[in-house]
Amino acid sequence: MDNKRRNMLEEIQAVGFVLIELNLYLDTHPNDERALREFNTYSQQLKRLRTQYEAQYGPLLNSGLSPSQFPWKWINEPWPWDM
Amino acid sequence: MWVYEKKLEYPVRVDTCNPALAQMILEQFGGADGELAAALRYLTQRYYMPIGEAKAILTDIGTEELAHWEMIATLAWKLVKDAPVTKIKGTPFEAHFADHGRNPFPHNAAGNPFSATYFNAKSDPIADMHENMAAEEKARATYEHLIQLSDDPGVTDTLRFLRQREVVHFQRFGETLELLKEHKERKPFY
Repeated sequence: MDNKRRNMLEEIQAVGFVLIELNLYLDTHPNDERALREFNTYSQQLKRLRTQYEAQYGPLLNSGLSPSQFPWKWINEPWPWDM
Repeated sequence: MWVYEKKLEYPVRVDTCNPALAQMILEQFGGADGELAAALRYLTQRYYMPIGEAKAILTDIGTEELAHWEMIATLAWKLVKDAPVTKIKGTPFEAHFADHGRNPFPHNAAGNPFSATYFNAKSDPIADMHENMAAEEKARATYEHLIQLSDDPGVTDTLRFLRQREVVHFQRFGETLELLKEHKERKPFY
């Protein structure tokens, strides 16, 4: 996997991780407005990063949540455990 | 239902070929305090929970545990994928190889297959949440043992990340326990 792809993926992983943390925090602090604002801001950022990555390397999500170019790109190597 | 993301939660780097370490890492793939037991424990306990916060935290931590299960498999896989049989023979991974080849399989470091007896769901929120908090601490302790056994810097980095997640999950379950107690003690007004 080339460096550019690795860097893009690592950025998605970093923002994705912030969202996992905020999500768990909000589950037990549903009235924390500042945390919720951060959650919504990072969600938008993740969406943008994901769209950029998918345009070059194919879908990140299955079940119709990511579009695919022709031919069906979901089957493309590498899979996460080989990255 | 679930959605698959074609990425790991955190980048997994492995610097060496080390079948013996792979076998030890499988403790967290199919052992009593491993990621599979954690995921099934939390996702199974959700149904009767009396408050939304508890249903949410069990769903979300249970889901994250599945992502950790995949990271553990990736560690084990990368540690053996290029190993010639001569480097597997005589190591603790040899018995695994006889049955499963290089693909991971849910058993513990000693080879005992995964079992649903590793966790429970009691329909009692206080009992279950205490089990969950204990499970997170036991998983943290296992990661500390594995970090001591690892001489691969990439593997150690991933193990440290996973150890830290146990600490965060323990914190969130502790908060959920307090919310459940408050809910239990709330007096109904008529």
